[in-house]
Amino acid sequence: MRVRAWADSGTNAAAALLLLLLILASSALASQPKFPPLTGRVVDDAGVLSASTQSQLTDMLAAHEAATGEQVVVVTLDSLQGYTIEDYGYQLGRYWGIGQKGKNTGAILIVAPKEHKVRIEVGYGLEGTLTDAISATIIQNYILPSFKRGDFDAGVMAGTKSILSVLGGNSPDTGQPESSAPAVPYQPPRGVQIAIILGFFLFPLLVFSVIVFAMISSVGNRSRYGGSSWNTGGGSSWGSSDGGGGFSGGGGSFGGGGASGSW
Amino acid sequence: MRSKHFRALTVIAAIGFALAGVSGCGVNKIPTLDEQVKATWSEVLNQYQRRSDLIPNLVETVKGYAHQEQQVLTQVTEARAHATQMQLPADILSNPQAFHQFEQNQAAVTGALGRLLAVAEAYPDLKSNQNFLTLQSQLEGTENRITVARRDYILAVQEYNTALRTIPQRWIASILYPDMKVRETFTITEQAQQVPQVKF
Repeated sequence: MRVRAWADSGTNAAAALLLLLLILASSALASQPKFPPLTGRVVDDAGVLSASTQSQLTDMLAAHEAATGEQVVVVTLDSLQGYTIEDYGYQLGRYWGIGQKGKNTGAILIVAPKEHKVRIEVGYGLEGTLTDAISATIIQNYILPSFKRGDFDAGVMAGTKSILSVLGGNSPDTGQPESSAPAVPYQPPRGVQIAIILGFFLFPLLVFSVIVFAMISSVGNRSRYGGSSWNTGGGSSWGSSDGGGGFSGGGGSFGGGGASGSW
Repeated sequence: MRSKHFRALTVIAAIGFALAGVSGCGVNKIPTLDEQVKATWSEVLNQYQRRSDLIPNLVETVKGYAHQEQQVLTQVTEARAHATQMQLPADILSNPQAFHQFEQNQAAVTGALGRLLAVAEAYPDLKSNQNFLTLQSQLEGTENRITVARRDYILAVQEYNTALRTIPQRWIASILYPDMKVRETFTITEQAQQVPQVKF
């Protein structure tokens, strides 16, 4: 009976043809754009940011990750290669693996000067804080006014400050470009709380998984993560909290959250 | 007594090696891919639901400024009701008819929303309303998430269907998982769905 069902499905030529077409269509769809290498927290591929802005941004972003574990990256792109910024953005985020693995706490400020597009790409784990509406407000009120004047340094700086301020639990306007306070208020207690909660959940999990692992050896181990064609970013989640050098994505993923704007 | 223990250990080790060998040649591949298809499908449903939840609020806001656009508003409400009332059968992923129906219903919502937003362009008061701007950005974000979720689903189905229909996995599946079926995937592109018909 099994054999008959198998033979039936094998002879169904129309279904096979349709499937083949679908597979072809979806593999065409899966073609990926080219991504610049992740050289640091600020990747100025388009060459529009001054050196001082870059180092200031890097310091701010490193301090933020040290305090919260959230990875925020600023990138300017030479070209979107014919993709929309939304299409390019989430794939870039997944390729780089920005944010902690499993928690997906990453965000990317993407600027495409040639196409006059800007986007805040928000990882799954930050969508609750850095919502689409807040991202849109940041772009409209803090980034675009400077970009319209052609001042990328000021726009990126104001936008990044607003993003960090929102992630720190404040409203976006505390990151005004006028107030030259470099430090953004953080909430370390939140990190401690998270650590405690994590400890509560992780410790029994750890014990359990050690026992299970010892019991069933390598069964099922190979295929657990083997199937996912995304999440290409690797590296450790915590090892990257030192400055700009040696920065790498923690393995976070993106699902299209955030907002875009153009000028 | 010692030899008994030793024998038991040997048996356990043999079973362990056998299991490891079996999983090495990929008997777990089809179920793994199947779970991935299910997970990405849940995300598609989740994002469509999110859009559906935004609509009543959006309709109310637009109504306050553009109540003469009753026809467009009704279309959106009806398309949403039609889409949410559809009972999704448990086998929707391997049921072409139900899957296509689901896709059509959601495409109708997309189309109606596109018309609504196009109509809203004609009302400056509405366009500058903070509540509307917020809803608009949420809707844009949700549409974008739907696009990503659909694409992830398509990729997961592609991987699953390919495995199910190509040689080593096809044999394994016909013996071990005869009830695993080829999954349906999206046929209407998001671009085709999103073209709003603007009437002046």
